[in-house]
Amino acid sequence: MSQSVQRTFAVFVEDKPGVLNRVASLFRRRSFNIDSLNVGATHEPGVSRMTIVCEADEDKARRIEANLYKMVNVLWVDDLTYKQSISRVLALIKVNCERIQRDEILKICDVFRARAIDMSPERVTIEITGPQDKVDGLVSVLRPFGILEMVQTGTVAMTRGVEEHDLAHPTVPASRSTAA
Amino acid sequence: MTPANPKLKNRIGESLSGASIIWESLVREGVEVCFGYPGGAIMPAYDAMIQYPVHHVLTRHEQGASHMADGYARASGQVGVCIATSGPGATNLVTGIATAMLDSIPIVCITGQVPSQLIGSDAFQETDITGCTIPVTKHNYLVTQPEQVAPTIREAFYIARSGRPGPVLVDITKDAQQQSCVFEWSDDEIVLPGYRPDYAPLAEQLEEAVELIQNAKRPILFAGHGVMKSQGTGALLEFINKTNIPVACTLLGLGGFPASHPRSLGMMGMHGETWVNKAIQDSDLIIAVGMRFDDRVTGNLKTYAPNAKKIHIELDPAEINKNVRVDVPIVGDARAVLQELLPHVDKCDREDWLAYIDEIKGGSSVRDIKNLPDLGKLYAAHVIHDLYRHTEGKALIVTDVGQHQMWEAQYYKHDYPMKLLTSGGLGTMGFALPAGIGAKFAKPEDSVWIICGDGGFQMTQAELSTCAQEGIKVNVAIINNGFLGMVRQWQEFFFGGRYVATPLLSPDFVKIAEAHGLTGIRVEKRSEVEAAVRKAEETEGTVVIDFRVEQEDSVYPMVPAGANLHDMIQRPDQPGEHEHNPIFETGEDD
Repeated sequence: MSQSVQRTFAVFVEDKPGVLNRVASLFRRRSFNIDSLNVGATHEPGVSRMTIVCEADEDKARRIEANLYKMVNVLWVDDLTYKQSISRVLALIKVNCERIQRDEILKICDVFRARAIDMSPERVTIEITGPQDKVDGLVSVLRPFGILEMVQTGTVAMTRGVEEHDLAHPTVPASRSTAA
Repeated sequence: MTPANPKLKNRIGESLSGASIIWESLVREGVEVCFGYPGGAIMPAYDAMIQYPVHHVLTRHEQGASHMADGYARASGQVGVCIATSGPGATNLVTGIATAMLDSIPIVCITGQVPSQLIGSDAFQETDITGCTIPVTKHNYLVTQPEQVAPTIREAFYIARSGRPGPVLVDITKDAQQQSCVFEWSDDEIVLPGYRPDYAPLAEQLEEAVELIQNAKRPILFAGHGVMKSQGTGALLEFINKTNIPVACTLLGLGGFPASHPRSLGMMGMHGETWVNKAIQDSDLIIAVGMRFDDRVTGNLKTYAPNAKKIHIELDPAEINKNVRVDVPIVGDARAVLQELLPHVDKCDREDWLAYIDEIKGGSSVRDIKNLPDLGKLYAAHVIHDLYRHTEGKALIVTDVGQHQMWEAQYYKHDYPMKLLTSGGLGTMGFALPAGIGAKFAKPEDSVWIICGDGGFQMTQAELSTCAQEGIKVNVAIINNGFLGMVRQWQEFFFGGRYVATPLLSPDFVKIAEAHGLTGIRVEKRSEVEAAVRKAEETEGTVVIDFRVEQEDSVYPMVPAGANLHDMIQRPDQPGEHEHNPIFETGEDD
């Protein structure tokens, strides 16, 4: 049995009503716990792309994949976990910020390549995009100032380079575990 | 299959109501019988039905309709169809849909829905039935426009019957039934970009399987439901005649391999034969064909077949490594895979292994009770065995869920495929009577025997009225022990004998039958069994036999839930207990 790790799946689905509900229902029904799920349009009309992050060992990952493929509206599933890929979240963080703290906070933003996008006499709102650990790092540094509010998206991810998705099933199901 | 039905006028290109298009589409899909119950939101469809050559069976409850469609599908191999209204009509179908889902049965359920502009307003009899049934259907649809009706029903049938079959629900709003559009029907191949039911096995996996089979010293083959679903019984027989590998069946696999074949072992699992479970535990290779290693089959997974390599031949990739880790997965149609393997495997005798199985078989038990003394008591095993003898194993048997279901599986030898219909995966009490009615419509020439307990029978007993109205003949054998027997058995074994909520007071079933204008017979002694069976077979119209059997008999052997497969509870066979347990098992009868 291989180890349970955090996995990222890119799931291409038909853009039809209720598809998100079907996918979410599958994860709930099979006790696959979702850490984050993001859905959005792609450049192809009628095709949406989900990024699903969840904990799973190798066997479970293959079963998640196979179960996703069983859904009529699912076109392609790509397990990005061990592929060269880029993954990003976006977070907005509203922090207490007295006038004398502004310089320090803006310097922190520089270090994290975050931006202040709104400011009032006593607070500042910061936007950051990046991998989850970078966002977590910024949050931990900002916490002592007093975080008033925070919101973040789920992860979105894609492989580096060009991945050919012809949006048709692979001929051979990925039923074979490599971690025998 | 399009204009094959000469009774169907060609109305392609005409403007038709959505309601008419429902029937145009169903008839074009080959539907001759459907099971249903009308109501507000489906009334336009019912009104249009009279123009079409479809026989509608009015059930007494929508659950009966979905079970009948299921029974029809199981017996015929075709898609079964049920129809109901919105709200409670639709939710009442759900138990039958879930039953079909877990046993991979192709049914299409048509439900009415409130008019599309009212959806989401908690309108009268509104239920989000597509939302409700996502987890228990293979796929489902909400149709809100008449133009969508025909293509959706076509897709629904295609999805239901292809690949690993399953139930598909089509929810059609009332306005989509009432509005009209130009009727169009395409016979082109259906292309769904996200749906690929036809997996082909990998050459490399087939080679690995052949190597394992050639080198195995103690192989065993599991025949599951998939053998019959793929029409692979002939291929399996050929494979076994060549390889001489012993075959164990799952509950739903019974009949997929002839029970009287010398290599047939019988049923495996919780109430499987002792020697079968023992052989599994001692095997060095399992070839699992069209089955899914259900927990009722494996027992404790940690100690399951510890020395066996496992080849899993299965159409659904999501079943691979789900419960049991396998060495060689072969994803594909069971028949096709067996046919591909056949030329590559050698004839092989493995005499030691077969002799060993014969030895453990002789040492434990043989289920032949015909020579046992009649001590004046009636046991369920007697009833089933006598029924088997009288029908020569050729009846179409439909069982409910519980003790009688296991006794049937143990004492009725199934030599023929698709002659045992039972709710295996979901274990739905109340399944047998409606499923048996559905089966009778699929196989009117067959002698249909519905075997059920006194508990399960009462869950859907109202469908007797459907038998009477339709004038069909089925035979109902109620194994009446005055208890919810299987639960009582668990209470006896595992809950200190506290019989909580299991004693069951039933009405007089003979009078119930007579109240429906049907025939009722009561049997209390073994000597009366055969005469009653004969009378039932000879009587016109549905017959209900109330078999008053021993109240506290149990199903043996038994692997407690989650226990090791080889740790089975055996029927007590202490000296002096024979009188108490007259169906003691002995190897001497064979």
